[in-house]
Amino acid sequence: MKVAVLKGGRSLERGVSLRSGARVEDALERLGHEVIALDAGADLVKRLTAEAPDAAFVALHGVGGEDGTAQELLEILGIPYTGPGVAACALCMDKVLAKHALREAVVPTPDWFAFNQTAFRELGAADALEAIEERLGFPLVVKPARGGSSLGVKRVESRQEVPEALVAAFSYDERVLLERFVAGRELAVGIVGGEPLPVVEAIPREGDGYDFEARYEIGRTEFACPAGLSDEEAGAVSASANGAYEALGCTGFSRVDLILSPEGPQVLEVNAIPGLTDTSLLPQAAEAAGMSFEKLVERILGLAQTR
Amino acid sequence: MAEPPRRPPHRRRAHTRTRDLERYAGLFAERTRVMRSSAMRDLMAITARPEVISLAGGLPDTSTFPPRSFAAQMTRIAQESAAEALQYGPTEGFEETKDCIAQVMGAEGMLPEPEDVIVTTGGQQAIDLVCKTLVDPGDPVICEAPTYPGAVPVFCSYQADVTQVDCDGDGMRVDELESVLETLRAAGRRPKFVYSVPSFQNPAGVTMSFERRQRLVELARAYEVLVVEDNPYGLLRYEGEGLPPLYQLDGGDYVVYVGTLSKILSPGIRLGWAVAPPPVMEKIVLGKQASDLCTSTLTQYFVREYFAEGRWLEYVGSLVGIYRRRRDAMLEALERHFPPQATWTRPQGGLFIWATLPEYIDTGDLLAKALREDVAFVPGQAAYVEEGRGRSSMRLNFSGGTEEEIREGIRRIGKVIEEQIDLYETLTHGVGAQAEDSGAQTRPDPARPDAEARARGSQSSLARPSGSGGRAGDDKREGASEIAGDDERARAGAEEAAADVLPFRKAEGGGG
Repeated sequence: MKVAVLKGGRSLERGVSLRSGARVEDALERLGHEVIALDAGADLVKRLTAEAPDAAFVALHGVGGEDGTAQELLEILGIPYTGPGVAACALCMDKVLAKHALREAVVPTPDWFAFNQTAFRELGAADALEAIEERLGFPLVVKPARGGSSLGVKRVESRQEVPEALVAAFSYDERVLLERFVAGRELAVGIVGGEPLPVVEAIPREGDGYDFEARYEIGRTEFACPAGLSDEEAGAVSASANGAYEALGCTGFSRVDLILSPEGPQVLEVNAIPGLTDTSLLPQAAEAAGMSFEKLVERILGLAQTR
Repeated sequence: MAEPPRRPPHRRRAHTRTRDLERYAGLFAERTRVMRSSAMRDLMAITARPEVISLAGGLPDTSTFPPRSFAAQMTRIAQESAAEALQYGPTEGFEETKDCIAQVMGAEGMLPEPEDVIVTTGGQQAIDLVCKTLVDPGDPVICEAPTYPGAVPVFCSYQADVTQVDCDGDGMRVDELESVLETLRAAGRRPKFVYSVPSFQNPAGVTMSFERRQRLVELARAYEVLVVEDNPYGLLRYEGEGLPPLYQLDGGDYVVYVGTLSKILSPGIRLGWAVAPPPVMEKIVLGKQASDLCTSTLTQYFVREYFAEGRWLEYVGSLVGIYRRRRDAMLEALERHFPPQATWTRPQGGLFIWATLPEYIDTGDLLAKALREDVAFVPGQAAYVEEGRGRSSMRLNFSGGTEEEIREGIRRIGKVIEEQIDLYETLTHGVGAQAEDSGAQTRPDPARPDAEARARGSQSSLARPSGSGGRAGDDKREGASEIAGDDERARAGAEEAAADVLPFRKAEGGGG
C-alpha cells in the first residue's frame, strides 16, 4: 500500500510531529508499505495529488494538523486518512468546545470559564475575574484554548498571579480558559478503534510537583503503565475516557488525559492525534497491552477511512 | 514524475521500543539529566523556518568574505601541501597557527608564550576542556548573570555547582563576586574558576569597566581562584576606547584565556584556542588528546594561508563597519518600536543587545507569539542556570541580519510586546485595587503612575551621556529622570550605561 505520512507543518509542535512521523514511516516501511514522507507545507495538496497515495497517515500535532485543517484537505482529495475526522479534530483542539461537549454528554470535567481577548479589551471582562476566582477557587489553571503540550499552561496560586498567567496563555491563542485545579493522579488513556489501552500514570519526581513543563520530560517525570489502580478505579477511568472519546466523536485513535481525584476521574482534554514518538504515552500503553509499535501503526492504518 | 530517491534501509535505527528506551534509560549518566524544557527546545526549532527573521542566532556575517581569496588559499594548500594538510597534527596545534593567534592577541596588547597556547576546535571546546580539566561533580563555579547561553550546558554537563553573579552596565558586579568568594571560603569550598566574558558580553552586550577588571584580577590572586576570560568579540569594537583584557592585567598567572576566530574570520572553520599557566595547560593538552587528538589540520593550514596574506585586520575592520551600522539600526528600531516600559543595553561592540521587559511578560511565551509574526529572539532564561530567572529578558542579535531585516524584526517584536502590555494593563485595571491592598504585589505595575515614572526613568538612564555620572552602576537609577527628554542627543553620546537593565537579585547577594 502507498501511504503518505503527513508530519511537521508550521505548528509549535512541529518538532514532536517530525519525530512521530519519522517513527511511523519506519514502522510502515518495515510493514512493507511504500512510504511517502510529507512535511506539511505550501505544496501539500500538489504533492498529495501527484503521489495519489492509497491512504494518509496523519502524524501532525497542534494547530494546522490536529485541528481538522489537513483532514479537510484530505477529504476534498478523497484520500482515506487515519485518526479522527474533521469535526472531532476541531472539537479536541479547542479545549473550550471540547469541555462543553463533555458536559453535554455528562462526562466529568473540571469547572471552567473561558474568554477571548475581545472580552477583556472591549467588554470589561477583567471586572468579572473576581467573581470567577470566587467560583473556581485557588489554585486554578490558566490555559490557552488551543495548543498542545504544556506551552502557556500555568498553575496560579493567588489573584495577583492571574493577569500574568492570562498574558502568557494569550500568547498562544485568542481564547483562554481558567479551570478549577483538581488534585489527583495524572492519567492518560490511549484508545484505538474504540478500545481503551491500559492506563498510563505520569508521576512527577520530587520537587517538580506541578511544573507543567516537566510533565512530558524524560527524567523529570516517571511513567507507569499499567498504572497501579484498583479494578474499580481502572474501570471508572476507562469508562470516563471512553465517554470522552465518544462524546467528541473520535474515530481511529486518540488519547484522553484525566485526573483521578478522590471524587473520581475528571477529563482534562482529548488529544485527537497524540504523539507517537519513542517517549509518547500511547505507544507505551499499546506496548503494555502486548501491541508492538508496528502492530499499533498497522491497526491505526487499518482504521483509516474515506470520509 | 520522477521517483523520489528511496532512502537506504539502514538510515534509521531498525527498532525502537518502549522497552528499549527503558533499557537505555538505565545507562544514561547523571549529567544527561540536566536538559532544558523540551517544549522550549521545540519552540527554538521553529525559528529556523526560512520566512522567520531570526534575531536569535549568534551568527557572524560570512557573506562578505571574498570567495576568490578563499579559493586561492585552498588551492594553494591543495597544490603545495596536500599530504600534510590531510594528515593528523600535534595536539597542541601547529606553531604557525600559534603565530597567527599571537597576532590576534597582540592586536589587543597580549603577548602569550607559544607553549602556553593550545589550538582548539572552536572556543566552545576550550570552555569544555577547561571544565574537563578542573571541575569535579559538585565543584563550585562562578559565572555572570546572565551568562553565555552556550556555557550553561557545558557547566551542567560537568555537574558544576554554578553561582551566577549579577551584571550591570559595567559588567560583573565584582563586589558581589567578592562576597560570594567570601561565603564559599567560609564554607571551606574553593571555586574552580570564575567564568567571564568581559568585553561586549554575550548575551548582555555590556563591558566590564577598567576598575572592575583590576579588582577581579586582584580577587583572583587573593582567593587563589582561576578566572576564565572568554573574549570572542574583543576586536569588534564600534566605539570607545579599548580596555586591557584580564589576561594582560594579570600576566597569565590566574587567568585562563579563551579566544576564537569564529567572529573575526569564520565559525565554520572551528578554530579557537586557550592560553593557560603551564601546569594547567599540561592537563588541558591531555584532555584535548582524549577528546579529538588534534584540531583540524586543514583548518589550521587555511588559517596560516589567510594570515600570510596580511589582510586579516583589514577584514576585521570591514566587519566592524558592517556590524556598527547594524547595531545602530537595531538601537534606532528599539527606540522607535519598543514600548517605554522596556529597557535595553547599548553595546560598544560585539553581537548582542539585551532587552528587558516588564516582569509580567515571560519572553518564552512571547516567543510563541512572535513566531506567529515570523520573528524570533532568544528568551532570557537560556542565560541562567537557575530556573525562573531571566524570564522577562531577551537576547537580540544584530550581526546576522541586514539592517532592513533588523528594523523589520524589531518592529514585529515591538508590536507583540505592545499587545501584551495593553492586555496586562486592561487586566490589572480590573483587579488592581485588590492587588494593591493585598500587599503581595511585588511586580512593577505599569498601570500605577509611580511605576511608570520609574520605568521611564530607568530607560532614560540608558541615555545618560558618558561622563555625566560615575561608573558605579548602582547610582544610575538616581536622578536619571533629570535627563529624560533630550533622548536622541543623549543616546548618541551614551556609554553603555545599562545599570538598570540587567536583572538584579539585590536581596540575595548573588547566592546561587
